[in-house]
Amino acid sequence: MEQITDATLLDIHRRMIRIRIFEETAGKLMEDGKIPGALHLYVGQEAIASAVMVHLSNKDWITSTHRGHGHLIAKGGEFDQMFAELYGKATGYCKGKGGSMHISNLDLGMLGANGIVGGGPPIAVGAGFSNKFRKTDNVSVSFFGDGASNEGSFHEAANMAGLYKLPVIFICENNGYGEYTAQKNHQAIVDVADRAAGYGMPGVIVDGMDAIAVFEAAGEAIKRARAGEGPTLLECKTYRYFDHVGVRGMGLSYRTDEEVEQWRKRDPIESLEKRLADQGILSPEAAQAVHDEVRTQVQDSVRFAEQSPMPDPSTLLEDVYAA
Amino acid sequence: MAEAQVKPRTLPYVAAITDGVRAVLREQDNAFVVGEDVAGAGGVYGYYKGILKEFGPDRIYDTPISEEGIVGLGVGASATGCRPIIDLMFMDFMGECMDEISNQMAKMRYMFGGRVTLPVTMLTMAGAGASLAAQHSQSLEAWICHLPGLKVVMPTTPYDAKGLIISAARDNNPVIVVLNKMSLGMMGEVPEESYAIPIGEANIVRPGANYTIVAIGRMVHEALKAAEQLKDLGIDAEVIDPRSLQPFDTATVVKSVEKTHRALVVHEAVRFGGIGAEIASQIQELAFDYLDAPVARVGAPFSPVPFSPALEAHYVPNADRIVAEVKKQLGI
Repeated sequence: MEQITDATLLDIHRRMIRIRIFEETAGKLMEDGKIPGALHLYVGQEAIASAVMVHLSNKDWITSTHRGHGHLIAKGGEFDQMFAELYGKATGYCKGKGGSMHISNLDLGMLGANGIVGGGPPIAVGAGFSNKFRKTDNVSVSFFGDGASNEGSFHEAANMAGLYKLPVIFICENNGYGEYTAQKNHQAIVDVADRAAGYGMPGVIVDGMDAIAVFEAAGEAIKRARAGEGPTLLECKTYRYFDHVGVRGMGLSYRTDEEVEQWRKRDPIESLEKRLADQGILSPEAAQAVHDEVRTQVQDSVRFAEQSPMPDPSTLLEDVYAA
Repeated sequence: MAEAQVKPRTLPYVAAITDGVRAVLREQDNAFVVGEDVAGAGGVYGYYKGILKEFGPDRIYDTPISEEGIVGLGVGASATGCRPIIDLMFMDFMGECMDEISNQMAKMRYMFGGRVTLPVTMLTMAGAGASLAAQHSQSLEAWICHLPGLKVVMPTTPYDAKGLIISAARDNNPVIVVLNKMSLGMMGEVPEESYAIPIGEANIVRPGANYTIVAIGRMVHEALKAAEQLKDLGIDAEVIDPRSLQPFDTATVVKSVEKTHRALVVHEAVRFGGIGAEIASQIQELAFDYLDAPVARVGAPFSPVPFSPALEAHYVPNADRIVAEVKKQLGI
């Protein structure tokens, strides 16, 4: 197994902080009515995107979900263009045409957040097919949730990836809820990883609140894929701190506050920071400095987004078709 | 000195499709075919026969019966540097993959602010008349013409089948090529070389002076028969095959109506909400002052496609029904 270096640990840590502060800030801006539309926030799940993405280059593709900001940030997304997109500004990654649910950057290998639950896995299979057809050693990673694992699209995609032995990694971020419905009320199984058996691929379960565990398990799956040994289904057990949409986390009718508190005790950032401090890799002060630095970057980017121009109405019909 | 006359090559529609696919695979290294039964069996209609042998297993792949997976594969592969041809055996099966068609393939470029290109071609099969009943006979072009981001072409002759497949594959957008199963045996001239038919240009297949028939898909051939019958009534019908429904060549149709002052639109699809309603509306918006009568429409009645040949024959529009509608419109 690949030994994780201090540099990689610090890299993962920074990506997690970037996601956490971006998301908390974006959520507040949405609540304040500054960001239009609906945001699905990734807070609580940061370890997964961050620890997977350190294994990938810009030539490795990912597909994401409606909860996609974290995936793009971890893949190298810039705050300026991301906030601008959430604000619907011309300077956003999608020129204000996609917003939160379609935020993307192909130069970074990010094939988009997706407003359709289960929309991503078939596209990731296409990207994996393309990687194999073009004889590259790149992989594609499909992030999706426990809810999407009930969609037919996931099953069709998993079967095709298994059949063709494609370099695809299916990463199920099982946060226990498909929108507002608890897992026990939406599927008959406890472990989504069990579904791998039906498609001739390994199913692996990992603690999604533990960045190092995710790093190791994802590393194995990605190595396997690059070696031409086919896909893996990696299930990361995690938790969504906030509601399906927005920032409210407590006092919700479909889950208990005690449950939220239990998961928050296992916060992926706090636990990683404790390990980094214990191992002498990053002192609490140095960790705080990362938070402060990122917070400043976020504030600068919010300013950039707010000062950016709205798209001109003349651009409405651009980008429907390619020349 | 008289040169020896070279007899032009004729092929059936089905072989013209093969010829088009072959031309695409020859001229584009990053093109490949995926679909149900396409490789080993050569496709259920036989239009991929010989492709596996000629191009090898790296260029054509049998898939599971997983339409959503197939279209998603086309989306993902085209977004990442390939130019796939995806095969949807029956157009009716769009119900199995409409999310990938409508929400992913059609919209991805726009949603991403133009920062992705999806050069994917989908071949699919429409048409009634073979007693395949309600789930294997529909003409659902209206579903996909309603989706910004897609192009939709409907070749009606062997020549157009090859040329439009080549154009579709060269296009940098998702293009759905709607073929017609009742036309598979139709013979026509098909040049050996690769050639492209511009997408968005209608074809005036029969010039005429005083009546315009816009005919969609296989109805072009019925319209041509109807035009012969109409001659006896002193009507010289111009028959227009739009070939491309999205984009639609409104200008050619309007120009014709300005000359003829009367128009009828015919398609195999159900009349209510069919593409004919859009075309009739456009004519009335843009050529109202030239019209001597409301634009007539012929389409299938509002029922699923029936199985029994007796019922199906009554269901699918034909030349007689076109003539009857013209007479009704003209009060003769």
